[in-house]
Amino acid sequence: MLNDFLVLMKQELVVTLIIFILLFIKVGSKEWKNEKLLNTVNVLLLLNFAAGCIGNAEGSLFNEMFIGNAITALEKNILNLGTFIISLQSYAWLKNHKHVAEFYMLLLSTLLGMFLMISSGNLLMFYLGLELSSIPLAALANFDLEQRRSSEAAFKYIISSAFSSGLLLFGISLVFGTTGTLVFSELSAALNGSPLQLFAFILLIAGFAFKISAVPFHLWTADVYEGAPASVTSYLSVISKGAVLFVFVSVLYKVFRPLAETWYHLLFVVSAATMIVGNLFAIRQNNLKRFLAFSSIAQVGFVLIGISGSSQTGSAAVVYFILIYVFSNLAAFGVVSLISALTNKETIDDYKALYKTNPLLSWALTIALFSLAGVPPTAGFFGKFFLLIAGTGKGLVLSYVWITIAALNLIVSFYYYLKIVKAIFMDSNTTPIQRLQIPAVSKLALFICLAGIVLTGLFSFVYEYIYSLSPVF
Amino acid sequence: MNHYSYIALIPILPLASFLLLGLFGRKYFKAYAGLLGTASLLAVTVLALITAGQYFFEDGKVNGVYQKIIALKYTWLQFAPGVSIDMGIVLDPISVMMLVVVSFVSLMVHIFSLGYMKGEERFATYYAFLSLFTFSMLGLVIATNIFQIYMFWELVGVSSFLLIGYYFDKPSAVAASKKAFIVTRFADLGFLIGILILSFHAQTLDFATLIERLTAPQSSYFMSISTASFLGISVLTWGLALVFMGGAGKSAMFPLHIWLPDAMEGPTPVSALIHAATMVVAGVYLVARLFPIFSTSEAALHLVTYVGLFSAFIAAIIACTQTDIKRVLAYSTMSQIGYMMFALGVAKQGGEEGLGYMGSMFHLFTHAFFKSLLFLGSGAVIHMVHSNEMKDMGGLRKLMPITHISFLIACLAIAGVPPFAGFFSKEEILLAAYHTNKMVYAVGLFTSGLTAFYMFRLYYNIFWSKEAHIHGEHHGEGTLSMKLPLIILGILAVVAGFVPFSHFVTSDGVALETHIDYAFSALPVAFGLAGIALATYLYKTANDKPAAIANSLGGLYKAAYKKFYIDELYLFITKTIIFNLIGRPAAWFDKNVVDGLMNGLAALTAKISEMIKGLQSGKVQSYALYFFGGVLALAAMFLYLWK
Repeated sequence: MLNDFLVLMKQELVVTLIIFILLFIKVGSKEWKNEKLLNTVNVLLLLNFAAGCIGNAEGSLFNEMFIGNAITALEKNILNLGTFIISLQSYAWLKNHKHVAEFYMLLLSTLLGMFLMISSGNLLMFYLGLELSSIPLAALANFDLEQRRSSEAAFKYIISSAFSSGLLLFGISLVFGTTGTLVFSELSAALNGSPLQLFAFILLIAGFAFKISAVPFHLWTADVYEGAPASVTSYLSVISKGAVLFVFVSVLYKVFRPLAETWYHLLFVVSAATMIVGNLFAIRQNNLKRFLAFSSIAQVGFVLIGISGSSQTGSAAVVYFILIYVFSNLAAFGVVSLISALTNKETIDDYKALYKTNPLLSWALTIALFSLAGVPPTAGFFGKFFLLIAGTGKGLVLSYVWITIAALNLIVSFYYYLKIVKAIFMDSNTTPIQRLQIPAVSKLALFICLAGIVLTGLFSFVYEYIYSLSPVF
Repeated sequence: MNHYSYIALIPILPLASFLLLGLFGRKYFKAYAGLLGTASLLAVTVLALITAGQYFFEDGKVNGVYQKIIALKYTWLQFAPGVSIDMGIVLDPISVMMLVVVSFVSLMVHIFSLGYMKGEERFATYYAFLSLFTFSMLGLVIATNIFQIYMFWELVGVSSFLLIGYYFDKPSAVAASKKAFIVTRFADLGFLIGILILSFHAQTLDFATLIERLTAPQSSYFMSISTASFLGISVLTWGLALVFMGGAGKSAMFPLHIWLPDAMEGPTPVSALIHAATMVVAGVYLVARLFPIFSTSEAALHLVTYVGLFSAFIAAIIACTQTDIKRVLAYSTMSQIGYMMFALGVAKQGGEEGLGYMGSMFHLFTHAFFKSLLFLGSGAVIHMVHSNEMKDMGGLRKLMPITHISFLIACLAIAGVPPFAGFFSKEEILLAAYHTNKMVYAVGLFTSGLTAFYMFRLYYNIFWSKEAHIHGEHHGEGTLSMKLPLIILGILAVVAGFVPFSHFVTSDGVALETHIDYAFSALPVAFGLAGIALATYLYKTANDKPAAIANSLGGLYKAAYKKFYIDELYLFITKTIIFNLIGRPAAWFDKNVVDGLMNGLAALTAKISEMIKGLQSGKVQSYALYFFGGVLALAAMFLYLWK
């Protein structure tokens, strides 16, 4: 039993261990220098990622509260990798911050929450994981302590989050009321599609949709993303979203399979609205952080298409896309937050003629944007293509209508991604951003992302590996 | 299969030179960048010719039928059981033919650019982009499966975006490159959905398997795709029409052609490469590649026919009204590609009825040579006078003898005058149309007269019409590197027509016996000559005409009067009817309605986006309200409406 526990919960235990190490450092008598602390944390996070790569087992614990298998281990490790990259990117910002250890403790607590959520085999466990992953995030959003808008972001986040949790809990209680169980493996047999259950299901979906900021539950996103520190924003938009999407797939596929007809149509409505609204907002943004926030809303609409495939291919395509999305979006956020940290410039107009002074950052941002837009041969192209193939897997007429909407949105997104590339390379500017001294750690993070963008697309074994791990439905 | 493995070098060499020039070109070997790119292309061309020789004359043919040979296949990604994504090289008559055309024209452009682009600051970058484009185009041509073709298709789009926008300090060039990219992307979305439909129903991405499964009337795949329907049209036709939409975007077919004239902002050699011989025929190639499937759907073929025919006709008329010489050529390209498209549309799979297919490919082949010659020639002219406008030209024949002669050859070829190349290929197209659809034939015939007219209008305006007003210092015809491609292409524009094309490229691989039927040829040639005559009469010179009239004055007043009357009539027909009543409105329609529709869509998007911005008020209470509203709306929708 203990052995099972140690093996299955290995990743959770390592993260907990790191949190405790940080706690001891913090309460210890010696004051650590920021640089030293940051380096230590980065090494620990790297080890955490490495530990996640080896020795994963399959099984369940605590009366199926906790389920671990190869695909959940992989999903958690994708989040580990993303967290590591974000940590590297935060270096420039945290170096002068007073509360580095607290930042990481909060960050890793949310990560732990996500892990529990991914491995949950019970709606209650799922709820606990979700809350553990959201409440510390509100504190993180407030981490630019002197900034008023940072506090505002935190406040908006916690209120919206509480509201969505309320509805989610209501949904869970209705599910329990109608079926008498909260265990995933028993639920699917107990669901019969009665109106009450459908209503409960929609409340649950709303809870998910809030976290992945699908329309119409997305309104908090822009304000929070803009107000929160850049690193927290990229964490929110990449890691937190990715985690909930992973859970979304397994919950829909496993637990709510009896309601597949309903959720297929529901996904259609939400996904179409998400892509359209996300893109229309993104077009108008001049602030790059806000722009990336909205474009990431539109990306979620795409992921929902892949989810609708409800097949092994669908599941694999979603995991694959999120891996690519981690690389691409973090590369874009990395450049934007670096420039914002060093020069306080965030608008597209500021980026005009960036190429003249900072070619490396320009190329990195361009490749990232191309990947987000889905231009071959970047990985983003393959990710989107596979999502679309998974989405047509049913061959329904509706799925073609859906894909047409998606393709139209692709064009729109092309337009605005290109707009930024054009500003960087082609526009002239009398006062361009000066030549920046890029810290080595930030450079490392950028190179990891760029390598990921190129290699995950070109080397097929990444997808094939994910596919082989994905459960058969 | 292994004795073809050297073909892998064909795409690899340009890729290598792209990487080399792109990464190190500007710093280390700026001076040799052009030579390096050209050398790699020369090697590619030689390899392509060797391939063609080996394929067509040694081992391509088995029992009199050209086989599809998979020279190389690498399973790149096993997507799901039974569906894999491969990267490979397929050899069949059309891919080998295209290999030769693309590498050869690209080589000519590389050589020409050595002189034309000399002294440009970003010379190495230019060659890097050219290499990238050539790589993508070659990859597209040899694709063994529909995913590979789509990927290279997009890469071709990206590299042409880079090339059109090469002069990025010119706002019009930037706008044009963006327009080209967005419009073709818009068409590509159709292509993408088409691919998804076809591959979903056939459960494969591989061309050979796809064709096999979707053409056998008894196969379950064919049954499922042809019996399912959407809006009363079978899913097969939908899939094909959407794939065709992608092709029409790249090949500048009406109404997706609007990017092509603007794309002339790029350097002229680029236009010769992209907008004459390679990228714009990708659409034709795509339809030809999937032709066996197209031929199972009558409706899809009709779509191809009429879109092609209408584009051919409308573009020819618009070409008559343009004064920018590159725009004339752009519309002319659109018109010629229209020919290739409708030729495919009137063809059937196999045997005598496959004549249109063969004619289309033949025309693609000959057109590549004379059209790239025309573009390169106009590049030489622009290099000389530093303007694209006809009014700045005239009388250049003495200053640029080589350009003049080669340009004349190309004009004769496109006008379909025997024995120049265009005559033979256009002949096959018209013959095929004549046998299947008289209406298509009639329009094609008339358009060929128009073609001859506007091409010679262009020719006279550049080389005759008035005395050259370039005096004193000028740099002649340019360097040898600019003259050489003109000469080579000029020779090819004469001899390409004598290639016994129907022996090599047909819809089913079996050689087709064609012969020139003089009785049939008489009419198209007469139309061509009439067009040339009319152009000669109107545009040859401002000096010649009074002289000719004076000559006739010496004899018969009446004849002179009559001639004058005919002149008026001609003038009335051309200037008033063709220009004002048809040409101008067509150009206006093109500019305002077709372009306007696109602009309107963009404006609408901006408007809606403005409207919904109001939702984002910043008040967290209202966010919660919308949230709750969303839940209620979804609940209402799924509990009551969409059960």
